[in-house]
Amino acid sequence: MTTLTLTRSRVARKDPDRYKQGTARWVVLALVVLTALLVLVPFAVMLMNAFKSPADYSGNGPLAWPKSFQLDGLKTYWQQVHFGGKLVNSIVISGSVAVLGVVLSLLNAYALGVGRVRGRMWIVALFLMANMIPQEALVYPLYSMAKSLGLYNSRLSVIIIFTVIQSAFGTYLLASVLGTFPKALLEAAALDGAGRWTTLWRVVVPTVRPTLSVLLIFFFIWTWNEFFIPLVMLIDNSTQTVPLALASLQGDRLMDATTTNAGALISLLPTVVFFLIFQRTLTRGVTVGAVK
Amino acid sequence: MTRGKAGYWWYLLPGAVAFTAVVAVPFGANLYLSLTKWSGIGHPRWIGFDNYTRLLHDDVFWTSFRNTAAMVVAMVVVPTLIGLVLSATLFDVIGRRFGPKTASFLRATFYLPQVLPVVVAGILWGWLLRPDGAVNAVGKAIGLGQHDWLGDPKTALPMVMLVMIWVQIGYPVVIFMAALQRVDPDLYEAAEIDGAGWFRRFQAITLPQIRPETFVITLTCTIAALKVFGPIWALTRGGPNHATTVPSYFAYNAFFNKLQVGYGAAVATALTLVIVAVSIGFLKLQGRTES
Repeated sequence: MTTLTLTRSRVARKDPDRYKQGTARWVVLALVVLTALLVLVPFAVMLMNAFKSPADYSGNGPLAWPKSFQLDGLKTYWQQVHFGGKLVNSIVISGSVAVLGVVLSLLNAYALGVGRVRGRMWIVALFLMANMIPQEALVYPLYSMAKSLGLYNSRLSVIIIFTVIQSAFGTYLLASVLGTFPKALLEAAALDGAGRWTTLWRVVVPTVRPTLSVLLIFFFIWTWNEFFIPLVMLIDNSTQTVPLALASLQGDRLMDATTTNAGALISLLPTVVFFLIFQRTLTRGVTVGAVK
Repeated sequence: MTRGKAGYWWYLLPGAVAFTAVVAVPFGANLYLSLTKWSGIGHPRWIGFDNYTRLLHDDVFWTSFRNTAAMVVAMVVVPTLIGLVLSATLFDVIGRRFGPKTASFLRATFYLPQVLPVVVAGILWGWLLRPDGAVNAVGKAIGLGQHDWLGDPKTALPMVMLVMIWVQIGYPVVIFMAALQRVDPDLYEAAEIDGAGWFRRFQAITLPQIRPETFVITLTCTIAALKVFGPIWALTRGGPNHATTVPSYFAYNAFFNKLQVGYGAAVATALTLVIVAVSIGFLKLQGRTES
């Protein structure tokens, strides 16, 4: 500590660094806060207009403070798009994909990282390629297949597709994590007479649980935000997801500005709440993804 | 314990079956379709490479890839540069002088647009930029004329780029801030003693130290820029007059609006080739700079 302070004061004399001076740091803070406010402006405008009455909006424009606090826009939107049902669809689809995707990634990565099966480099490379392929290059055959199997416009079709797509990334990440799994733990488990299956669930899973939970959250939120394949596969209220609900009203001239804003607000609320709850895990997770 | 490695193959079985059904077979089928003419009904008719030769002479196809370059600027170049400046400022100045709480709160703010479904972001911005939307209301308030930002071919692409910058900015900020925590503070101290100023230290220490993260960000964001679909769908549907069309929207349009399945499949294949080529190029470059 002392050396640090010493160094600092010495440097300050030699080299008057502008960030170290009293007022300069406030200027920097002001600039960064201003940038942050610019990022927030669209949200603020949305909030202001989501609670207006249509008459208030058409009379005073989008920038005026609401005259009264109205929930009509939210109600209209909720009823028009059957939002409750779409929330359930999103939760069912994203939840299933998160769990199934992590299990599939884990099984693959167990064989690749711990089992070190022959040709694993090539297999991992294949998973990486699968992760790169744009969904456009898969969508039409998937659409035809779903139609002929009777899975078109079903939540199951989207769950199957995204379980596989997400686990391509999960396999890649987990295989490299499990590649460094401590040998001693595996040997100890084997000495205790544990088979591979038991070792996987009793030894490997508890050790890599933090990575698994990050993957679970990632898969959930990524699937929640997916748009392209759900747009193609899901066509009615019984199957569509939250992002599709908002998109389905777009271009519909019946939807007025206040309903649009109310719709945008309740569509982004679940993800924002989710983000706030898991903020620590998520930011740590983004880091995990980066250092992979 | 004495059993060989063969037993581990069983664990790959579910994954192998699932990947064959959902990725390998559809990808192969798409390749086949790209060599046919098909409206989606009846049987595809084999036409060889006709779709590909047609692509090379299709102006919209080239426009879509030019617009992809614009998306790379908006989703990779600008966010990475701004993200670098913001994260260094948050870490060096805000974090040290105003406390880590302030820094992480600001970081969360920048990350916020990254959390929402990108289509929701697109629809929100689509409304803001509408002729009767909030942007024009601001313009009117400060005495500027009305403008149809997304309807004018001249301003549509810059506006889409602006939205994408807004969406992307938080990603590099979060990753760079984590990267900066990794850098050994002794390096900075040594440089400070040598009398190096902030910018010099940034250039000589920070940038080389966080190179791995920079590679990850530029690679993942470039792939995302090549694949971008949702925002285009929500903001402009590729219009006006193809001014903002991108390969993925072009393929979607061919598949499901024009019912030119073979042609759409060819566009999708071309896009796949570009993505794979760009990724391999990136990884080669990374390998070279690291060795």
